[in-house]
Amino acid sequence: MLEFCDIHVIQGDFHLTADFAVLAGRRVAVIGPSGSGKSTLLSLVSGFLRPDRGQIRWEGRDLAPLSPGQRPVSVLFQDQNLFPHLSVAQNIGLGLRPDLRLSSDQRDQVTHALARVGLADMGDRRPAQLSGGQQSRVALARVLLRARPILLLDEPFSALGPALKDEMLDLLAEITGQTGATVLMVTHDPDDARRFAPDTIVIHDGRADPPTATGPLLDNPPPGLRAYLGG
Amino acid sequence: MAGGVLAVRPGARSGWGGAATAALLAALILGTLAAVAVYAGGLSGLGPWDWRAVWFTIWQAALSASLSAALAVPVAKALARRDFPGRAVLVTLLGAPFILPVIVAIMGLVSVFGRNGVINGALTALGLPEISIYGWQGVILAHVFFNLPLSVRLILQGWQAIPAERFRLAESLGFAPGDIARHLERPMLRAVLPGVWLAVFLVCLTSFAVALALGGGPKATTVELAIYQAFRFDFDMGRAATLGLVQVGLCLAAMAIASRVTIPSAFGAGMDGAVALRGPGGWRRVGDAAAILLAAGFLLWPMLSVIVAGLPRIAGLEASVWDAAMRSVVMALVSAFAALVLGLVLALAIARGAGRWVEAAGMLPLIASPLVLGTGLYLILRIWVTPQQIALPVTVAINAIMALPFVLRALIPAARAMQDDFGRLAASLDLNGWPLLRYLVLPRLARPLGFAGGLAAALAMGDLGVITLFASDQPTLPLKLYQLMNAYRMGDAAACAVLLMAISFALFWVFDKGGRLRA
Repeated sequence: MLEFCDIHVIQGDFHLTADFAVLAGRRVAVIGPSGSGKSTLLSLVSGFLRPDRGQIRWEGRDLAPLSPGQRPVSVLFQDQNLFPHLSVAQNIGLGLRPDLRLSSDQRDQVTHALARVGLADMGDRRPAQLSGGQQSRVALARVLLRARPILLLDEPFSALGPALKDEMLDLLAEITGQTGATVLMVTHDPDDARRFAPDTIVIHDGRADPPTATGPLLDNPPPGLRAYLGG
Repeated sequence: MAGGVLAVRPGARSGWGGAATAALLAALILGTLAAVAVYAGGLSGLGPWDWRAVWFTIWQAALSASLSAALAVPVAKALARRDFPGRAVLVTLLGAPFILPVIVAIMGLVSVFGRNGVINGALTALGLPEISIYGWQGVILAHVFFNLPLSVRLILQGWQAIPAERFRLAESLGFAPGDIARHLERPMLRAVLPGVWLAVFLVCLTSFAVALALGGGPKATTVELAIYQAFRFDFDMGRAATLGLVQVGLCLAAMAIASRVTIPSAFGAGMDGAVALRGPGGWRRVGDAAAILLAAGFLLWPMLSVIVAGLPRIAGLEASVWDAAMRSVVMALVSAFAALVLGLVLALAIARGAGRWVEAAGMLPLIASPLVLGTGLYLILRIWVTPQQIALPVTVAINAIMALPFVLRALIPAARAMQDDFGRLAASLDLNGWPLLRYLVLPRLARPLGFAGGLAAALAMGDLGVITLFASDQPTLPLKLYQLMNAYRMGDAAACAVLLMAISFALFWVFDKGGRLRA
């Protein structure tokens, strides 16, 4: 269980509170207007931001003492998920060992992960030689290999076209189904939420609401969310 | 929100290295200055000779800056509006004096403007009186030689920063050249020239090697040269220290003025943009051609004259010159390496949001001139060591410190960009220590590291500064060249100058190229 215990973040005019839990293994969309604090909520879990008050707990343990790399978390950012100067295989291998001294067993794991996302034999290429969709697949392969129990997605596929995005979301659902990861995904698109996330957290007016079932929420949105969704 | 999110970085263990390095650097420089201050006898210890040095330092720097800036305007204007074969090469060459060893340039100037030079030969043939390169006029000439190209580059940047659309608009409105000057060019010059003037003024304020070789005497001694004379000839450490404080005061005052003016960066990228417009014809065409030819001649002639005289004699150079060359190369490499390590640690800390004082520590070398630091270090260490013993280590250390501001200027923007683009990804993958250096920092910063290393190595290679305080039995190559010149062995000196110039440029080229290969 991922718990947001009495969280307060204050930065100048900006304010965010959160007090709820996400059940382990759930896939949750995070929706709200720009600047409402969607990325902030994810940063609290990934460790790039400390709350001014409250605790983030995973399985009952406070995450505060852990640096971003030590947390049980994988992150897919909006962009810059790959190092452009390293090969595809190296980018994936970093998820296993940051010093890249991989055993032959680990190298096999990298090969398998690549095959799993449909990029067999592309290990030697540089990210720039791949299409946007293929780059996303590389990042997903690393998520698969790291197999951290929490996965945070900050609009990672927003640069892809609709068909490609749906393809990625399906692949992502497959992979997280396999690893059993708890997923928080920031998105602007209600269709993404419907497609991928049974639950949704709405952020509005400085508050992150507890997760509720996505379908009913979007079918009958509360006033704040209705204004944002437009219609 | 992104900015706020990045501002807090729990578990940033790396902050300590930067703070420790900055503290060490500050302690070294400020400690050295403190030793100088403790030893200084108060301003009453300075005689009229010393005050004349202070006065000369200020006015020669002011005159050098004024001449460089004024002469640079027509040259930059001509380069901005004319295209010709070799233009790109010439613009690149304008950057060369930055890493050209000072003593080599002096050698070149002497061979053109000296007693046996071409200019005086022509004057004598015409029955006119000879000119002398020794004295204040020689100091100014050398300073203009170094800083005119620098100024041209800076002003040319200003010209190229005027959007081409403005020139097109001016053309469509039927502006005459005079109108263009009034509405486009003069406002740009008013914005750019103060910074250019000040940049040259600052460089000339700590001039040592030029004054050592061409100046001297009551009318052409800078404060740096006076420190050298007090230290070396009179061994009057009190006076050397007092003069050192005066020099620091001059630098501080100039920096205080500089903080109110934007000083453009001397080594800008994208210096070779397309020519913005068709230049006007008629006499202006002739004038532009003359400006470019005169500037190119002034820059290239002394160098060519040294090369022609020296190149055939290199093979015949004595063993001690080659020893000095080897010694200098090793020292330059150690210096460059030290400057890069210091600079990298500081730049990474600054990119991660270290305090402003860390950045300030990296810029401290700007207030301490090499001779002041050398004097201070000797004052601290002299209980244990002789001047001969510390000559080489102190020279290496001071050259590394002096290169640091340039290294930081190259590294900080690149380190910031790297941190913005990949800092969070690296942190989320737990990249730290050696893996972080190897798989992120070195590949991403290879280019600025190569460029900065090249600058540091070339500057250290050509430096004729603090070494003169201490040693003569283990000379560096620039010192060896100076000794040959003083012994009037001009043929060997020319050959030595070619060697020194070649090694300096080669060091820069190898580093810079190396950085580009990895990127």
